[in-house]
Amino acid sequence: MNCGEEYIELFEKNRELIDKPCTRKLNDEREKAFISFKAQGFPGIKDENWLHTNVAKKFATDYGMDLARKANTNEVRNSFTCDVPNLKTFKGYIVNDSFVAADNGGKQLPQGVFIGSINSFAESHAELIDRYYNTLAQKGDSVVQFNTSFTQECIVLYIPKNTVIEETIQIVAFLQTNVDILTNRRMLVIMEENSSASLLLCDHSSTDKKSLSTEVTEIFMGGGASLDLYELEETTDSNTRLGNLFVKQEHDSRFNHCNITLTNGFTRNYVEVVLDGEGAETNINGLAIGDKHQHIDNRTLVDHRKGHCTSNELYKYILDEDSTGVFAGKMLIRTDAQQTVSQQTNRNLCLTSCAHMYAQPQLEIYADDVKCSHGSTVGQLDESALFYMQQRGIPADEARHLLMYAFAGEVTDNIKLEALRERLHILVEKRFRGELNHCKRCNLCK
Amino acid sequence: MENLLEIKNLHATIDGKEILKGINLTIKAGEVHAIMGPNGSGKSTLSNVLVGHPAYTVTEGEIIYKGKNLLELSPEDRSHEGLFLSFQYPVEIPGVSITNFMRAAINAKREYLGQEPMNATEFLKMMREKRAMVNLDSKLANRSVNEGFSGGEKKRNEIFQMAMLEPTLSILDETDSGLDIDALRIVAEGVNKLKREDTSSIVITHYQRLLDYIKPDIVHILYKGKIVKTAGPELVMELEERGYDWIKNEN
Repeated sequence: MNCGEEYIELFEKNRELIDKPCTRKLNDEREKAFISFKAQGFPGIKDENWLHTNVAKKFATDYGMDLARKANTNEVRNSFTCDVPNLKTFKGYIVNDSFVAADNGGKQLPQGVFIGSINSFAESHAELIDRYYNTLAQKGDSVVQFNTSFTQECIVLYIPKNTVIEETIQIVAFLQTNVDILTNRRMLVIMEENSSASLLLCDHSSTDKKSLSTEVTEIFMGGGASLDLYELEETTDSNTRLGNLFVKQEHDSRFNHCNITLTNGFTRNYVEVVLDGEGAETNINGLAIGDKHQHIDNRTLVDHRKGHCTSNELYKYILDEDSTGVFAGKMLIRTDAQQTVSQQTNRNLCLTSCAHMYAQPQLEIYADDVKCSHGSTVGQLDESALFYMQQRGIPADEARHLLMYAFAGEVTDNIKLEALRERLHILVEKRFRGELNHCKRCNLCK
Repeated sequence: MENLLEIKNLHATIDGKEILKGINLTIKAGEVHAIMGPNGSGKSTLSNVLVGHPAYTVTEGEIIYKGKNLLELSPEDRSHEGLFLSFQYPVEIPGVSITNFMRAAINAKREYLGQEPMNATEFLKMMREKRAMVNLDSKLANRSVNEGFSGGEKKRNEIFQMAMLEPTLSILDETDSGLDIDALRIVAEGVNKLKREDTSSIVITHYQRLLDYIKPDIVHILYKGKIVKTAGPELVMELEERGYDWIKNEN
């Protein structure tokens, strides 16, 4: 078992170096998180939450960590574009785990909005950082504690009261390294009352070196705030992504999440949404496409704490070859959450007999006046539909693509930004046709 | 007249069980053949074997279609060669719109025939015209294939697809089942409008009523996997009066 000794040693030896570029709050929280991590080590597969995802093994690689913050972030500014045609975005980059502002052609975000490093945000808004940073993540598991221990940078997006950001904010993460690398990415989103935004996070962490990134994002939504969050992973076999998203919603806020794993190596995403005010609404959607030995684990918790809230969840997996999917979704309806309307759906396609899907839908209800449902299925493509299409002249491979595309469409159709939706339709189609860096021989890519 | 389809001594099995036990049938260009028979006699098996359903295995015999060995062609190539089956139970395909479905089908056929893909305007015009032919609601065209359609709408959608693909040999497998009399008339009129001098049909049915609208040239009775009787349209009336028992008793 990997207890993380080498990381503990690294941390203790380099504490000063780690602390150096950071604002006080980061270092205070680091102190506590490290104690917690040291006590626990990495989660083992005996831990029910990590039953099918052997993460400790992934940390065994001798990765480099850029604790001295030496990454050259200047060169890459604007050298990488992840343009979604017809979608105008306000961009920023994450290179390894450093934030790099992009040249947005003189475009300005509305007054009072901040996007940038926590270390500079602290100069003007220390009290906000104290109030929010690591408050949701502090009870996270040992991977979250690991992130809090090592993180030296945190991107802050702060949107003041009643501010509406029309343009989508897009943050593109990628790697620049010539050694195996471990990065710790962190983000804090503070949305005050009645603010509104849409955020697109593209993870392009691809390199021929091994890479692992721990990611922790905390989102606070004030009353009536509205956020559309799109996360798109387009990484490669050698990448490990351990995402952790914590969202807290106050009354009448609305959170839409669409989490798409298009290509990856080994991924585990944890999503936790707390509905902490009446009338809040949350919609969380996920699509995972796997082949080869890819591993995609999505774990979600929707925590209904107050009454009259609504949650909808839809996660779909398409697994080919030897890929593995894990879905564990829990809906927790607490005693005070009367009049909750909550729905969870998980549908999975296994295209080969070697693809594995582990599905664990969970419903825990402590209130007595609620409307909740959940359902989960694992199956193959409908043979009778395939034959019907062939009879009409559609070649077998194309018929298969149409069915897979239709299956995925239920998730991508929920994307509100038209340009992004169109783009994703094309990307999903390309993925199935094997035009996105992946293999040519499997069913998925034929 | 030229033979469009020749079935010789056809034997076929499903899950190891023999259903067709030596079918012989010849269809000339322009002819309408009705195949009748009691439940379980092999009518649907015959239509499935003709279009190449993978669940059925041909163990003996041959099928020559347009001078080609039909059994060597994939289901999609059979379609491109003008074979069309109107399914007894049309399949629902959630998430695939009729428009996308038909576009994929039409363009695959054109590619097979060495033609350029149809442009969008042309295609939509064709959709509109053919839809009108079978009174298919324009709203249905944007919906997923057969999903949530009523029985009548599903059958009309089959005939609409037939109109789009303009087959040489169409097989109507119990197209009348589940239709009320008005829907039956609309479907039958659609089929009749599509009839050309060089196209043929196989109409599979239990009852006379569909054959009141679609007039067969030749009527066959299939029983226990064999064609036991072949005659002119007068046989339909005889069956209607006497039922199938006399056929069963004779065989």
